[in-house]
Amino acid sequence: MKERKRHLIQAASSLLHNPHLSNFLTGKIHQGATKHICVPGLNCYSCPGAAGACPIGSLQAVMGGRTKNISYYVLGTVLLFGVLFGRLICGFVCPFGFVQDLLHKIPSPKPGLPKRLDKTMRWGKYIALAAVLILPAILTDAYGIGAPYFCKYVCPAGTLEGGVPLAIASEAVRGALGFLFSWKMAVLLAVIAGSVLLYRPFCKYLCPLGAIYGLLNRFSAYRMKVDDNACVHCGKCEQACKMGVKVTQNINSAECIRCGLCKDVCPKHAIKSGFFIKE
Amino acid sequence: MNSKPVLNRLAKRRLIITAAIFVAAVGLIVYGVYSGEASEVYQKAVHICLECIGVG
Repeated sequence: MKERKRHLIQAASSLLHNPHLSNFLTGKIHQGATKHICVPGLNCYSCPGAAGACPIGSLQAVMGGRTKNISYYVLGTVLLFGVLFGRLICGFVCPFGFVQDLLHKIPSPKPGLPKRLDKTMRWGKYIALAAVLILPAILTDAYGIGAPYFCKYVCPAGTLEGGVPLAIASEAVRGALGFLFSWKMAVLLAVIAGSVLLYRPFCKYLCPLGAIYGLLNRFSAYRMKVDDNACVHCGKCEQACKMGVKVTQNINSAECIRCGLCKDVCPKHAIKSGFFIKE
Repeated sequence: MNSKPVLNRLAKRRLIITAAIFVAAVGLIVYGVYSGEASEVYQKAVHICLECIGVG
């Protein structure tokens, strides 16, 4: 699949995640029944246009509540998306992934990190996942309520999709902004600058949702495969892969977002993808 | 040595794990909905999340 087609799918998915566009003008958020449902991509539920609930925000909200330390509904939903699609969701569905893809198209030097540093930093998303799963349940206030720490201190999607539009549209929100907003803006600006220079730095190094889907990449119904009989080991696939996947060795690696670039450049059409493809 | 049977065995094992995760996921969703978690998610999602937007 060509990049352009993938970007069209990403744009359509971003619109499906956020169809209530008029709310951007009024500074309100959607309150319909669809907000019972967790969406597959990272999309803040405080985004004025959002139709559904953010899985990472919901996970922390339920776990940080007084009554439960685990959220079966949200975990089940994320596992279901992951076991069906793996990180295909990151490549085709996630609105924040799309934002990073577009930012990376801005002409600039694309230096890339030293391999060792890159490899080490990729553990960051698993640390973020551990923080999402543990902190709201153990770091609680006097009433037994834990904050959604990832959303509060890190998530740049919340700042971009929720904080900025609401601050523009609502005077009340503008009046309440303080140090935390400045901190979150700094994180967002760092991710934006990073995305221009590096390919999807948030997905590679910080995204807890990407970490879950990545862990499920090996087992997902949608998967990729290299036909060893057709492969001539020219290395074009690995040169093309922006996520740094060793395509011929581990095509279903936790880092693969199933964008299909490797498939497009393979001169022998040795790479296949689909649901339940035969090994 | 023929590696196909080994591959088939690995593929079969992976398929079993996939099916197990799928069943577990559906079970978790059903249990979660039954215990009222979807309403909890809704309550959080229809109010502006102050932490998410960087206010509080």
